[in-house]
Amino acid sequence: MVRIKTPDLGGIHTTIEAVLCTQSDGAEAYHGAAENIRKDRRRMTEQSLPPIRILSPTAILGYGFPRASFDAALAKRPDVIAVDAGSSDPGPYYLGAGVSFTDRTAVKRDLQLMLTAARARGIPLLVGTGGGAGARPHLDWTVAIVREIAREEGLAGKLAVIPSDMDRKTLLAALDSGELVPLPPGDPATAQDIEASTHIVAQLGEEPLIAALDAGADVVIAGRCYDPAVFAAVPIRRGYPRGLALHMGKILECAAIAALPGSGSDCMLGTLDEDGFILETLNADRVCTVTSVAAHTLYEKSDPYRLPGPGGVLDLTETTFEQIDEARVRVSGSRFIPSDGYFVKLEGAKVSGYRTVSIAGARAPDFIAQLDEIIAGVRARVADNFPVMAEGDARLLFRVYGRDGVMGALEPERDALPHEVGIVIEAVADTQDRADTICSFARSTMLHFGYPGRVSTAGNLAFPYSPSDFEAGAVYGFSLYHLLRLDDPVAPFPFELSNLEDPK
Amino acid sequence: MTRISDVASVIRSKNAGPYELTFDIIFKDRHWYDEALRRDLINPALIARLYGVPERDVLGIVAFAPANAIKATIKRPLVSGDIGETDVYGAQQHAPLLTISFDEDPAR
Repeated sequence: MVRIKTPDLGGIHTTIEAVLCTQSDGAEAYHGAAENIRKDRRRMTEQSLPPIRILSPTAILGYGFPRASFDAALAKRPDVIAVDAGSSDPGPYYLGAGVSFTDRTAVKRDLQLMLTAARARGIPLLVGTGGGAGARPHLDWTVAIVREIAREEGLAGKLAVIPSDMDRKTLLAALDSGELVPLPPGDPATAQDIEASTHIVAQLGEEPLIAALDAGADVVIAGRCYDPAVFAAVPIRRGYPRGLALHMGKILECAAIAALPGSGSDCMLGTLDEDGFILETLNADRVCTVTSVAAHTLYEKSDPYRLPGPGGVLDLTETTFEQIDEARVRVSGSRFIPSDGYFVKLEGAKVSGYRTVSIAGARAPDFIAQLDEIIAGVRARVADNFPVMAEGDARLLFRVYGRDGVMGALEPERDALPHEVGIVIEAVADTQDRADTICSFARSTMLHFGYPGRVSTAGNLAFPYSPSDFEAGAVYGFSLYHLLRLDDPVAPFPFELSNLEDPK
Repeated sequence: MTRISDVASVIRSKNAGPYELTFDIIFKDRHWYDEALRRDLINPALIARLYGVPERDVLGIVAFAPANAIKATIKRPLVSGDIGETDVYGAQQHAPLLTISFDEDPAR
């Protein structure tokens, strides 16, 4: 006997469908409310959780997806639509400055399709790491887009917003009590870095998302999340194994990147049961292969067997990948091992100066051959004219493309002499004015710098642009990338519940 | 001499968080993966030499059979995005790996 709970999402038709579906499978079913559906479900239906389908339309909200793939995915009746909206990959600027690395129009296009599809079907939509970095301004930016779409499309439903911002005072106390720990090979956190951070976020686990779903949320817009969390929250809430749900989320968060050919701008569907999950694309031009899926497990990770996340480690030592047909792969055996103490990862950024750059090129062989000496000479002349350089309040960098501009200190072929180089002169100082001055002076000095054997006396640099110098504004650096121990994975991250149709 | 680029379908680099740079070599088939393991082709000394870093900065080398892949991870010279950064995503640091060949003496 199975009790079907009136769903938080969807109408009575969904319930009727569920009762009929269960009965057609030979089990008896009745309709009734339930307080503790997860426990009930476990007790009443030992191994009979039906497969749950999670749609990941795109690797990053705003990276887009083909409409045809999305429609094909909807035809397979997904139970959840979820998307990862961010990453720390684009660097510390976006978190520090509170702006998105994705374009508003592109984000709105993706969200419009997802929101209308999710609401029309009465299935939950979860967005993780809203606005790219997941701090309050990013979240507000995303929610404003959601409300705009809801207004334009006449959508209604419960919206939960889950901020992930961390309070500086809490973190200073955690630093004192030893609950804020470094993540090797990083250094220990400092009070100065915490205080100087413009934004600090924690990577939420699935627990705060589940709390919002428990409260009846139809749409969840979360701050910084552990990437798999938005994909795993609904399955874990319904009682599917945590290890499998998180591993599936780990792959789905990059959408079709795990396919062949891979793409971050195409849909991927994951179907989870109690023993494993199946991955498939919705585009005949892409297939999932054992290698493409397994290889994705390596991506951006230092150890593919042990993937640490909030509250524990995803253990893939027993994971198997199986090609079930030409285009689909089944994954099983992934386990979640809770850690001793619940840790979340923190990300913080702070201003480290102001930047001005000048872009130029050089083609003279004698100039290129003596570039290190010339750069040292220019540097000395700038320091002589501007003592701020010697005091350490300004930094001057020369990037030489064609030599070691891409790899810097790691470049093994630095001594090969190119016929042409690109040069980026960069000044970073404590004020924009100073950065402008240093960059401008270094640029004019390098342009006319005399060196032994110089035959091209009209100027050493070719500038593609006028003006030649560009203010890049505030420069941010990561101030925190550490672990914080939490007593409770939910309490620090309360959700804000409203209606989609509310004006704000 | 068999060059690694002839027997690998993927040779890539990417950040693994802001402190680490991770390299993936995915072999086209199990034969070359097994052969690379048998010869200890990808080892800390080799990675240290290719990138001009001390061996202690080679944080790990892991073989992952399901993908016929060997992964090596090094400490980033700079925390991602710090002043002086050359590759914020770490996506273009793989080229020295293309010089690896199967005749190389791993002990060198």
